Amino acid sequence: MTPTLSVKNLRVEIPTRRGTLVAIDDLSFDIAPGEVLGMVGESGAGKSITGSAIIGLLEPPGHVAAGEISLQGERIDGLPPDAMRRIRGRRIGMIFQDPLTSLNPLYRIGDQLIETILTHENMSHAAARAKARQLLEEVGIPAAGERLSSYPHQFSGGMRQRVVIALALAADPDLVIADEPTTALDVSVQAQIIALLKRLCEDRGTSVLLITHDMGVIAETADRVCVLYAGRMAEIGSVQDVVKRPQHPYTVGLMAAIPSLTMDPHESLAQIPGSMPRLGAIPSGCAFNPRCQFAFERCSAERPEPYPTTSGRAACFLHDTGGSKLPPVENARRAEKAGIAVKGRTEDTVS
Amino acid sequence: MLAFTIRRLFQAAGVLLVVALFSFVMFRFVGDPINQMVGVDTSPAERAQLRQDLGLNDQIIVQFARFVGNAVQFNFGISYQMKQPVAQLIASRFPATAELSLVSALFALLIGVPMGVYTGLYRDTLLSRLFMAISLAGISLPTFLIGILLIFVFSVHLGWLPSFGRGDTVQIGGFWTTGFLTKSGLLSLILPSITLGLFQMTLIMRLVRGEMLEVLRTDFIKFARARGLSRRAINFGHALKNTLIPVITITGLQLGSIIAFAIITETVFQWPGMGLLFLQAVQNVDIPIMAAYLLLIAFLFTVINFIVDLLYVAVDPRIRLGGSPA
Repeated sequence: MTPTLSVKNLRVEIPTRRGTLVAIDDLSFDIAPGEVLGMVGESGAGKSITGSAIIGLLEPPGHVAAGEISLQGERIDGLPPDAMRRIRGRRIGMIFQDPLTSLNPLYRIGDQLIETILTHENMSHAAARAKARQLLEEVGIPAAGERLSSYPHQFSGGMRQRVVIALALAADPDLVIADEPTTALDVSVQAQIIALLKRLCEDRGTSVLLITHDMGVIAETADRVCVLYAGRMAEIGSVQDVVKRPQHPYTVGLMAAIPSLTMDPHESLAQIPGSMPRLGAIPSGCAFNPRCQFAFERCSAERPEPYPTTSGRAACFLHDTGGSKLPPVENARRAEKAGIAVKGRTEDTVS
Repeated sequence: MLAFTIRRLFQAAGVLLVVALFSFVMFRFVGDPINQMVGVDTSPAERAQLRQDLGLNDQIIVQFARFVGNAVQFNFGISYQMKQPVAQLIASRFPATAELSLVSALFALLIGVPMGVYTGLYRDTLLSRLFMAISLAGISLPTFLIGILLIFVFSVHLGWLPSFGRGDTVQIGGFWTTGFLTKSGLLSLILPSITLGLFQMTLIMRLVRGEMLEVLRTDFIKFARARGLSRRAINFGHALKNTLIPVITITGLQLGSIIAFAIITETVFQWPGMGLLFLQAVQNVDIPIMAAYLLLIAFLFTVINFIVDLLYVAVDPRIRLGGSPA
């Protein structure tokens, strides 16, 4: 089956006065029809840039320098601006982080919906209005007919994100890129929005690229997860595998850093020592090697390829030549005990 | 909305009353008005009589009320120097200034806004850089120099356009004279309007450019792009409209200044407008004209600001409906 989205060896460069930064380096992944792919990583790992590159909205001077992006088997990187514009909204929808600023404050939401629908579909204004109303009902906005003539500032944050979802789905795209769709919302609303997005995309068979740093959201929603580190893929695999049996030392550390209700409240959270390198100063070899407790000589000399794992791939030499040499960690908590740096309770020593 | 309008009207009336007080006080502080009117050989008795006749012995508050009452009926007294009713003098000069200001404002808006949009959208093209260079000249060159340069090039060297005056005018209605209907009237308008409007044009252009750059970076523009809307819809429908609030504010203020400070341009081009009248009044300490001019300008500023406030409401629903989220 042709994947909805196929990204091959994507490289995004940002030329600056002090040389070219490589924001995304050799990133490959597919999203199958109807599949939800989660994309996680720290701030600056390149998650949002990947989303922008796919939909063709990289901020200049950033640009796709190499690689291929295909939508249903058809190359879409390097399309002329107008052809790309027709794909946006119609075949790829996008949802941004902050619903408070995603809507134009000066236009009624009905007009914003109708404008989007009429841009992509050939129908009468009245039909577009009926569709706009139906979309609002679908995203769970009460009294949808009246709310069409409301302005964005008359909605709460959660309601606005529902409107944003309606706008992103207005022309029934095949793929939705949701870039941190719940980060700016109240915790109580986050779950509703994620459930809504998931249900709507399931109903329509829409594939989703869910960009977030919230592993909870990923675990609930995604089918597979792609972990990014410094613009490179660390690991990709099924959500169960990545969460329960992470295969890349970075993912192991990432999972260990998630607090859980069952953990000892007096125990500190695990941390990965150091911080992610700046794009201008990515270490040679594996980008993670200076922070990795398993690193050996080869890690700083050669760049690891993505080697196959049980359900995906991991860019780590521990997986070279078949079997994993990663100590058998069953879950992230074990990994922490296995020695991934645990920061001491410094506040005790201070007081 | 009605309450808002009424409240604003009351505020405007308050402002005008304060300005009226200033105009009124001017009569008292800039010498004795009787001295301005009579000759040296007028006897003290005649002076006292005149003082009594003019009501200058009444309570201050009564005099002020009389002044305001007269002003409301456009009665500003008689010019000391020209011995004509001030209202009549102003009425004969106002059309010239009004037409000049209108054309300047239109020039500033109709050229400044598109240039601002263009330079905002295409920051790095050659044309944008050229516009920015021109605008720098427009902002930094003083008005009189621009006027003289324009006269030098277009009147003296090329001989295309008249260098002074209004050209032929046509009388419309009771007192309005217009230069719009004759060829020489229109030609005469070109140089002074450019001179007067150039600064405002470059100001508006830079303002629109800055606002466009700001708005184009916002999330809702990015989201509009992600929805696949056309460039036209994004740039003009979504972006430009969001730049309008500051542009309306500045344009309103600048329109007031165009009218109030047309003085220099009118002097350079010998334009028979209110500016020249005012200058002569200052030279001759012609208080009634100065007072009337002050009131008139204040009135125009107040009206413009009132319109600006109404425009805000028309443009931005957040002002109209209050910010209560559902």
